[in-house]
Amino acid sequence: MKCGVVVFPGSNCDHDVYHVLKHVLEQDATFLWHQDESLKGCELIVLPGGFSYGDYLRAGALAALSPVMAAVKRHAEAGGLVLGICNGFQVLLETGLLPGAMRRNANLRFQCKDIYLKTERTGLPFTRKLREGQVLRLPIAHAEGNYEDFPEALDRLEAERRVVFRYCTEDGEVTAAANPNGAARNIAGICNAAGNVLGLMPHPERCSESVLGNTDGLALLAGAVEVARGAFSGTSGAAAGARR
Amino acid sequence: MSVVGQGEPALQVTPEILKRHGMTGEEFERLQKILGRDPSWTELGITSALWSEHCSYKSSKIYLREFPSEGPHVVQGPGENAGIVDIGHGWVAAFKMESHNHPSFIEPYQGSMTGVGGILRDIFTMGARPIACMDSLRFGEIDAPRMRFLIDGVVRGIGDYGNCVGIPTIGGETGFHRCYNGNILVNAFALGIARRDKVFHARASGAGNPVLYAGSRTGRDGIHGATMASESFDAGSAKKRPTVQVGDPFTEKILLEACLEAMRTGAIVAIQDMGAAGLTSSSFEMAGRGGTGLRLDLDQVPLREAGLTPYEMMLSESQERMVLVAKKGREEELIKVFRRWGLEVASIGEITDTGRAVLTWHGDTVADIPIRPLTEEAPVYRRPVAEPSDLAARWQAPEVPSPDVSGGLLGTLENLLGNPEFACKSWIWMQYDYSVRTNTVQGPGGDAAVLLLKGTPAGIAMTSDVNPVYCYLDPRRGGMQAVAEAVRNLACAGAEPVGLTDCLNFGNPENPEISWQFREVVRGMSEACKALGVPVISGNVSFYNETEGQSIYPTPTVGMVGVIPNVAHLPDPNFTRAGDRIVLLGRGSADFGGAAYLRLLHDIEQGRPPAVDLDAELRLARLLRGLIAKSLVRTAHDLSEGGFLISLAECCLGRGMGATVTAPYEGADLFSETQARAIVACAPIVVERVLAAAEEAGVPAVDLGETGGGELVVRSGSDILRAPVSTLHEIWSTALPKALGL
Repeated sequence: MKCGVVVFPGSNCDHDVYHVLKHVLEQDATFLWHQDESLKGCELIVLPGGFSYGDYLRAGALAALSPVMAAVKRHAEAGGLVLGICNGFQVLLETGLLPGAMRRNANLRFQCKDIYLKTERTGLPFTRKLREGQVLRLPIAHAEGNYEDFPEALDRLEAERRVVFRYCTEDGEVTAAANPNGAARNIAGICNAAGNVLGLMPHPERCSESVLGNTDGLALLAGAVEVARGAFSGTSGAAAGARR
Repeated sequence: MSVVGQGEPALQVTPEILKRHGMTGEEFERLQKILGRDPSWTELGITSALWSEHCSYKSSKIYLREFPSEGPHVVQGPGENAGIVDIGHGWVAAFKMESHNHPSFIEPYQGSMTGVGGILRDIFTMGARPIACMDSLRFGEIDAPRMRFLIDGVVRGIGDYGNCVGIPTIGGETGFHRCYNGNILVNAFALGIARRDKVFHARASGAGNPVLYAGSRTGRDGIHGATMASESFDAGSAKKRPTVQVGDPFTEKILLEACLEAMRTGAIVAIQDMGAAGLTSSSFEMAGRGGTGLRLDLDQVPLREAGLTPYEMMLSESQERMVLVAKKGREEELIKVFRRWGLEVASIGEITDTGRAVLTWHGDTVADIPIRPLTEEAPVYRRPVAEPSDLAARWQAPEVPSPDVSGGLLGTLENLLGNPEFACKSWIWMQYDYSVRTNTVQGPGGDAAVLLLKGTPAGIAMTSDVNPVYCYLDPRRGGMQAVAEAVRNLACAGAEPVGLTDCLNFGNPENPEISWQFREVVRGMSEACKALGVPVISGNVSFYNETEGQSIYPTPTVGMVGVIPNVAHLPDPNFTRAGDRIVLLGRGSADFGGAAYLRLLHDIEQGRPPAVDLDAELRLARLLRGLIAKSLVRTAHDLSEGGFLISLAECCLGRGMGATVTAPYEGADLFSETQARAIVACAPIVVERVLAAAEEAGVPAVDLGETGGGELVVRSGSDILRAPVSTLHEIWSTALPKALGL
């Protein structure tokens, strides 16, 4: 199994994700260039954080049109695993692989801090190592994480249980005060209908090693890796797709 | 008029033209003598930039030589784009600090952006990948005209640039003082790492080697930026906005990646960024260092708009541009890399062995100048110095009112914690990405910031320090104190210092009192550096920080880097566990010269600042490093501005952990600023070992009490201070946004 970390011009968390996949989880990992038209056999694709194309036009808007994203789209539609972190999440929204859009943070400022996340859905490749309701502490670092969509679209998202993570207090309460950016319904991460594509604003790769004082992010990446490797067959479409 | 400059309008030198170029009559005559004729316009522009204070250090050079610049860890001392030290495990660290004061005061957002951009290029130019930024900011009083706008713009600029390039901003400092009302300071620090054998230099060599240009196109922005930075401000300075450059962090990011990739090809001989004085300083300095000549074909320079003159091209400070000397025949490999990253790249000339710079444009020679006389033999001045006439009055010991006057111990403490000077600065640093690159072990808010050196157990610690009020009252002591405090901050993280960079911010050196300040500060710093074993490996001087004749206080910002053998032992700057014993290291006395207690509560800036006992500092630093290496302490925090009670409160605030102590001081002495002190906390079971180690090290130590609970309780003589940590936290954490009106 090979993991591919996409590098757009302006990606700046590419090395961080690669480091966790390669050196912490000890997987075969490679970088994919934005102009690549194939995914070179990679089964788990990560769209990393950063400022792809300088966030010109809108965050993620230009990256969504790059050649590699056509391949990522095909991969996702075939059930392959795709994880978008921060700017990667923004790219997934702009590509249409996930619904909704991002606005500037409610306070109109870049925010870098640790927040708490409530796990709303387990059993996905990315959350299979987490418990329902489990609270994670993860860092955020973004200026545009204020997730928004039409009320009916948000209702549908909720009904289909596609809200995977919400901002919450240390005790798991979903409150306005715990929302760092004004995101609708405290939404921090969502998945597609099949559950093989996940986008989230916080950075699991930044808290995956004990030397950095926090390993809450590791389970997320480790779960995806296990499914992609076929080491676990409990998930339906996603696992099948990943084993193609 | 000679043939040189034929294609340009004839140059009739007038005093007005020289003034506009920041050149004196003697300097012009010197240039005439070097050329043996009158200069062309382009030559005049080039020379004025190279001989500007900003580029030539002409008023500071004679003093900077006093800095110790050698040491066991030094790989590259001053004179390159950045200094380099060995940090072990085959790695070196390149670091430097630079000022961007003048542009940031005129246009804060772009000024601070390009400050960060410039310092990052200085680092990756050396072949080092930048992994950390710090920023030392000095603002005026928050209510001063434009100040909220300046604070907001500077913070946004630093954030937007560093965040986009993906370099964590992990530390720094922010201070407020009325002396900066008309001239704020923005000092940007960056650090990068490289394998020891993969360092690059900006030293041209090899006649026939092509000169490449890579990065953004050249526009008309920033022309005369270096000259502007070498002048004082007056009412007309707002008109200088066009001399401020405009930054594009996205281009910087791809330029960074492209340069590091290009370096791996092995086809680069020398590389330098175009910073102040743009193409002029980069090309001339590279050739000057290498002792070569240079031929540039200005028709090949990528331009943003048509019609730039050679003069404008040579002086433009458009950002995100690099000059490279390639190995002849291998330039295509480099061009391919830059093109792959979507960057402009052009071959604009070649290295020669003539020792002259020959610039051609539209078939004409627009400049033909010997390089070394302009770069290595630039004018050097020994400016007149004069001790200020009121020094004795400044040193008059101040009356120290009792804390009763300022609301008793509790009221006084609350007052200070609610002052922007001491308030929590998270409103600022939360706008900076401090965790990208996944090395951040201790981010902003501690004594020193700490990064993991990936793949090793070691850590890199860094801090920036200076107390401008001390430096004003006694520049020599102030300079010493800045170095000593930096060493102490590093020691609180268990780090041994390996090198220092500085940003020496001063007023107009043509004023003898300012030159005196400068000389004294440098001597104080040098003395401390020698005693504490810290070499100065890079730095920057920023003069002319004054507006309408009002000079800033001397502000020699010290950026210091240290190495931690094993980050697993890193203590916290805060109390972390209930029941830990709290031990005060060092001995205090009544030191109130320039103290924050007097300044912030009573508006008194007087007295001689605390003496710096360098031996005591050395003993304390060694003790702290030893205790930390043995994992004996869980908390370490130094005492500095505000003294004992402020530091103790700070230990409680970070994690909301209370403490109950008996203070060895009473009344105002709780706020005395005696140096060479620190607070540590340890498990009760090891407190005897900690005290014994202190005794052995010759550091006075006293067990004050224990951590725990939600209250800070301090018994001091017959007085008791009792405060819920949550109340203090509320005051401390909301003070800055409140003061900013947010």
